[in-house]
Amino acid sequence: MSAIESFPGEAVPDNGLLRFLTCGSVDDGKSTLIGRLLFDSKTILADTLHAIARTSEKRGLEVVDLSLLTDGLQAEREQGITIDVAYRYFTTGTRKYIIADAPGHEQYTRNMVTAASTADLAIILIDARKGVLTQTRRHSYLTHLLGIPHVVVAVNKMDLVDYSRETFDRICRDYRDFSATLGIADVHFLPMSALRGDMIVDRGERLGWHDGPTLFDLLENAPAVHGAHAEKFRFPVQYVCRPQESANPELHDFRGFMGRVESGEITVGDAVTVLPSGRETRVKDIQILGQSLPRAVAEQSVTLLLADEIDISRGDMIVKTGELPSVTKQIDAMLCWLSESPLDPRRKYLLRHTTRDSKAMLAGIDYRLDINSLERQAAEKLAMNDIARVGFKLAQPIFADPYAESRGTGAFIVIDESTNGTVGAGMII
Amino acid sequence: MSTATLSKATLSHLDWLESEAIHIMREVAGQCSNPVLLFSGGKDSICMLRVAEKAFRPGRFPFPLMHVDTGHNYREVIDFRDRRAAELGERLIVRSVEDSMARGTVVLKSDDEPRNKHQSVTLLEAIEEFGFDACIGGARRDEEKARAKERIFSFRDEFGQWDPKNQRPELWDLYNARSFKGENIRVFPISNWTEIDVWQYIEREKLALPSIYFAHQRAIVRRHGGILPVTEVTPPRAGEAVETLTVRFRTVGDITCTAPVESDADSVAAIIAETATTTITERGATRLDDQTSEASMEQRKKEGYF
Repeated sequence: MSAIESFPGEAVPDNGLLRFLTCGSVDDGKSTLIGRLLFDSKTILADTLHAIARTSEKRGLEVVDLSLLTDGLQAEREQGITIDVAYRYFTTGTRKYIIADAPGHEQYTRNMVTAASTADLAIILIDARKGVLTQTRRHSYLTHLLGIPHVVVAVNKMDLVDYSRETFDRICRDYRDFSATLGIADVHFLPMSALRGDMIVDRGERLGWHDGPTLFDLLENAPAVHGAHAEKFRFPVQYVCRPQESANPELHDFRGFMGRVESGEITVGDAVTVLPSGRETRVKDIQILGQSLPRAVAEQSVTLLLADEIDISRGDMIVKTGELPSVTKQIDAMLCWLSESPLDPRRKYLLRHTTRDSKAMLAGIDYRLDINSLERQAAEKLAMNDIARVGFKLAQPIFADPYAESRGTGAFIVIDESTNGTVGAGMII
Repeated sequence: MSTATLSKATLSHLDWLESEAIHIMREVAGQCSNPVLLFSGGKDSICMLRVAEKAFRPGRFPFPLMHVDTGHNYREVIDFRDRRAAELGERLIVRSVEDSMARGTVVLKSDDEPRNKHQSVTLLEAIEEFGFDACIGGARRDEEKARAKERIFSFRDEFGQWDPKNQRPELWDLYNARSFKGENIRVFPISNWTEIDVWQYIEREKLALPSIYFAHQRAIVRRHGGILPVTEVTPPRAGEAVETLTVRFRTVGDITCTAPVESDADSVAAIIAETATTTITERGATRLDDQTSEASMEQRKKEGYF
């Protein structure tokens, strides 16, 4: 055991945080894989282990079933299904990980989309005995649609095919044949046995013919999503701080624009443009809790102070001058419908994009995508789990980038105002 | 993939978690008209106050603080709670389970029944009294498996109930805090933090804590393989021998259902070292009320518990 031996509390170089998604069904050994990651990273403590040992025994199993670690709610156990995304955590001492564990079955496309929306990396599990299946295509397409930059195709259960290199190579070829058509760029292939622990943390002895990194090496070294390429600065304003009632008279003219950098970075002195007004000014200061920072980077929550007094409120966006997003009341998007009530083309919905809300109406459905065959079909309505290319007309302009360039300013959700439910998730084209 | 391509722009894991929590709190402030932050004086809610400072200073918090007091809390924690709220200059509301008992809305099965689960009733009464549309709480997903599946913005109906099968999908960082009158959103800004993250944050931010988090001498009895503090509300039973041990609390809550652990960790650094090598989960070690049944947290959340 290599990296994982270090203790979480030890002072080691902090390699940040990586969020990843595991795609596959229980049959692919997904729960066993997650159980092993948690177990090998010593995240599972004795009392939890004791509880699953007891359950394993009650169910008449001879060995402790690590997949029970991901066994969820009473409601799920009663029905023998997984109903929702579960989030799990482990650390190697150098990096903290958040696993989004999504159920793999077809009817749970919406769960996978939810889990994928915040993931930086996806592990797509393939059963070595079965090869590339319809569900593999579905998972790969959704991974691609949601813009996950790194994909690990893990060919699991190699122990059940005698660790056959031919089998692994054939599966890789099959996968490449169809992933090329999707345009998935960064794919790593990995033979492994989650049950035996081969190529998870340890290389094991039976996969000596494979010289690529282990799953852990891939996770530890996956580059952070932001900062890998030049990004445009996007700062949706969440909240405006004007402490006029403060006892400190120096604060009476304080105007802080609070938000999180969705992408890119900003330095004190940079020229910025405020949308929708189009007013231009400079960044006077970047603050957090009374401290001034020279710059702020993607995913950092800060307060911006501007050189000129400009009227700015929640829903406005601060960008670098010369790097404007499109200011638009008409968008084309891939939409995943999440609600049991179908999308009604006659109704108005609320569209939430960054910190901005706008009434929205469907302009049209270009096509619905059959998630298994990737065929385009004509559609009048959208039902739960449908994915379609659609157009929306908006009452208010939004400040948008293509999702493929910027998740933060390319994504939106659709809210049904009659229930307040989140009914759709969209990615701007 | 190689580390060479890692940009120096990458946030450390604590910076990332803090930034996410700030973003969540600002979304509450931006989307909700009358939120409240639940502050118990415990370590998780102490972290949340620092996050709130980073989110809103130099302004005031756009919400009051509230504690639902079971009446069975350690004096040190209550003193700490009051002192911290005063230092911050923020309004603290305290609502008491004992008042609900006096009103007859909380009825204990017996005098020594733990009051923890009855906090739900008092909380719902306070939500109604003040018309809160959002309650910000310090629950973490690593605490318990029912929590692992709960949203960051978790919708509750007018009875405060959580329906695990009918949660709002939560995508990207686009949170939906909308609710109708009488309904309520529970918001958990530190959902993605683990126990060790909390301690590392306390260390980094040099946050003060109630003294009982650190090793101290305490009178205890041994019961059901665990150790229980001897206090006015938890006297020893007949035949039990009272011992004095060096202990600390990993979690603080109602006296009757929060047990200390044997430890001589007297600093945050020592606690971090101990937490990193412990073999028992936080709740397993210290929360007596979660052990009753495998699904007890899920059950209580459905009934309106945090």
